[in-house]
Amino acid sequence: MFDNFPLWPVRASTNAGNVDALYIFLVALSAFMCLAIFTMILVFATKYRRRRGIEAEQIEGSSALEITWSIIPLGIFMVIFLWGAVIYFHERTPPRGAAEVYVVGKQWMWKLQHEEGPREINELHVPVGRDVKLIMTSQDVIHSFYVPAFRIKQDVLPGRYTTAWFRATRPGVYHLFCSQYCGTMHSGMIGQVVVMEPAQYQAWLSGGGTTGSLAASGESLFQQLGCPTCHRSDTQGRGPILTGIFDKPVQLEDGRTVIADENYIRESILSPSAKIVSGFKPIMPVFQGLVGEEQLSALVAYIKSLSPTPSGAAGKTSLTPGGTRSQNP
Amino acid sequence: MATAAISAERENYLNQEYGIRSWLLTTDHKRIALLYLASITFFFFIGGFFALLIRLELLTPAGDLVQADTYNKLFSMHGQVMIFFFLIPSIPAVLGNFLVPLMIGAKDLAFPRINLLSWYLYIIAGTIYLHCIVTGGVDTGWTFYTPFSTAFSNTKVIEAGVSIFIVGFSSILTGLNFVVTIHRMRAPGMTWSRLPLFIWAHYATSIIQLLGTPVLAITLLLVVFERAFNLGIFDPTRGGDPLLFQHLFWFYSHPAVYIMILPAMAVESEVVACFARKRIFGYNFVAMSSIAIAVFGFLVWAHHMFVAGISLYSALVFSILSYLVAVPSAIKVFNWTATMYKGSISFTTPMLYAFGFIGLFTMGGLTGLFLAALGIDVHVHDTYFVIAHFHYIMVGGAVMGYLGGLHFWWPKISGRMYPEGWGRLAALLVFAGFNLTFFPQFILGYMGMPRRYWQYPPEFQVLNVLSTAGSTILAIGYVLPMVYFLWSMRYGKIASDNPWGAAGLEWKTSSPPPTFNFDEEPEVTWEAYNYEQISAPAEVNVER
Repeated sequence: MFDNFPLWPVRASTNAGNVDALYIFLVALSAFMCLAIFTMILVFATKYRRRRGIEAEQIEGSSALEITWSIIPLGIFMVIFLWGAVIYFHERTPPRGAAEVYVVGKQWMWKLQHEEGPREINELHVPVGRDVKLIMTSQDVIHSFYVPAFRIKQDVLPGRYTTAWFRATRPGVYHLFCSQYCGTMHSGMIGQVVVMEPAQYQAWLSGGGTTGSLAASGESLFQQLGCPTCHRSDTQGRGPILTGIFDKPVQLEDGRTVIADENYIRESILSPSAKIVSGFKPIMPVFQGLVGEEQLSALVAYIKSLSPTPSGAAGKTSLTPGGTRSQNP
Repeated sequence: MATAAISAERENYLNQEYGIRSWLLTTDHKRIALLYLASITFFFFIGGFFALLIRLELLTPAGDLVQADTYNKLFSMHGQVMIFFFLIPSIPAVLGNFLVPLMIGAKDLAFPRINLLSWYLYIIAGTIYLHCIVTGGVDTGWTFYTPFSTAFSNTKVIEAGVSIFIVGFSSILTGLNFVVTIHRMRAPGMTWSRLPLFIWAHYATSIIQLLGTPVLAITLLLVVFERAFNLGIFDPTRGGDPLLFQHLFWFYSHPAVYIMILPAMAVESEVVACFARKRIFGYNFVAMSSIAIAVFGFLVWAHHMFVAGISLYSALVFSILSYLVAVPSAIKVFNWTATMYKGSISFTTPMLYAFGFIGLFTMGGLTGLFLAALGIDVHVHDTYFVIAHFHYIMVGGAVMGYLGGLHFWWPKISGRMYPEGWGRLAALLVFAGFNLTFFPQFILGYMGMPRRYWQYPPEFQVLNVLSTAGSTILAIGYVLPMVYFLWSMRYGKIASDNPWGAAGLEWKTSSPPPTFNFDEEPEVTWEAYNYEQISAPAEVNVER
């Protein structure tokens, strides 16, 4: 309906329609409220304009009216709140089995790594109809990953991962903006998201001449850094076994339990003593400053690939969402 | 003509003493109000000049008028000047300073010397900030987000931070003075339920200033310390948390919006009552909604952070609380509208500003509902939609209120009438120019244009051109009042004590008032807005 209306942004994701629906509702509601209030003011201003010999009628107020015009707006506000919350909940919950793309923001460019292997700068190629989860971090200041055509935005912070997801519905080339002010060339930190038909996307993938999946480069880095010395696949290692840990609860030495998500893995590589796994000693060296953000992404992707679930599997190109996850306590 | 009886030689606060010393060492709240008026007008035009340069740069998609770094400094300093050196002091420190003692029948504020100190703090802070501007400026945005401000910006962050730290104390002292004055200095018979709504709103404002501003001061101090001494408070590479900064910053800076808008609502209540010649509809509800706004306003700060990386559940909590704070604002709009019902309405310049205020504040408030809706905020956060929204509140609301109030009380302040025809023309220009400047930005924002962009994709150009065109009209609308106010100080018609036939103690003393406000202490035996007992002036609209 709005595709040819130049004052409306393109709708290119499953989420965009949901956001637009609430937006249209709010525009209609606001237009109605403005019209009602402005008409009343105009009518009063005309009808009760000052005339010689006619005094104003003093009216104290009306509690019934006050309560009416407090409760009715409150009720409408609660509907808007719930509607907005449902959309947000959907936006913030990536579906199981989404393809993962690691994003690193830096002054002033976007670096993107697909789990299949290709790396891109300021460009993201994705196929129509696939759920794509973005795992993002920044190398310096706060940035924000914003694709208006998908109606998604998420700040990208240094020192931690934030996530966002989308499923593109329309082939095309769309703006990728940095929307959090990040210094001199903030307005130059823009790129594009290229949405392709699946077949074209496969052709693009195979044409890249890449050197294996992200998890595979993570694995070789894992070897290079000497990690397997302690993190062995049997119980003899001085470090915990990494197979199958992703997204599972981990018992810590201080009694707490945490979920081994991307942020936990990241922290455990950079400053291992922050959270010590129960039964182990704080002997792992600190890797803060030794591995860059992109290497870190590869390591995280590799460790996730050790967990036999669809979500973290390297090189997975399944187009179906909601893959079966074995167990999540 | 009632004014003929007034002798021009009558002693008042303006002619009692002359000379620069009598101004710089004054403890008279009315003179301090004028000192503030001159200082904030100066900063308003600096901030406005930055805004015009921003709009001129955005006339074309390419960054061509100024360098990228210069542009970043322009919007940063536009925001900091306008918020900390104009909007926050605007109504409280000028109109509030002048009117709070007059309206409650007091001789002065409770602490006249602290009042003068607050102006000196403002001037010290302003001087530091001017030094910061001319020696290179600052490019952090008005929000000082970390770690950009503490570890990456190469500009004068420390100087700007120290300056805003100091100006915060000027605001705290004004708030402190008002709270004590309103509690302790009311004239006999001036009970809480007889207070003008102007006083209620200023009371609520002062509480926010007292409780909120220290948090800003602490936050800026931490930024300065992290930057100067390499502490790791907000910078993650030094073990800090950048989101902590945002929580602290918005804990003050969201309530600060209410420091700007509540006083404008204060003016609105007085002006609408006077020119509809009626008691404000639902006095108690309007008074209590000011207090409710001040209280709830402290509980919504993280709605600035829905995409910043806070947890899903805290986002839900802050979204629902943001809707709660919208209710008292809606109550006020409905009550002002209802006040006009069966009134006797005249269309003076202050009333035109009041109409404009209701219109623009309503639109600003309604678009706030969009931003509090989580799903929509994700799309429009940090875009021009937000820029348009808060300018509708802070310029459409607060500045319209300020200008309306300045016209309403100008006869009392200066003893002269401003030229009514010019006043109305300026009010219309401001309203038209404002809408042309900022309405297109709502559309730009939903289209996806991010804020703080020096260059932008070409499809956004048409709307940006409209916006820039509007800003030139707005500029004319703002310069006009300055010209005719200055003109009227010498050539304006002599004002009578109560040219509008308004209720309120400030109109029962002479124009301009004597130094100690009232010849004898007034005793209040009537309710606020007793318009049934005051006859409307035969000729309200005083043409030149």
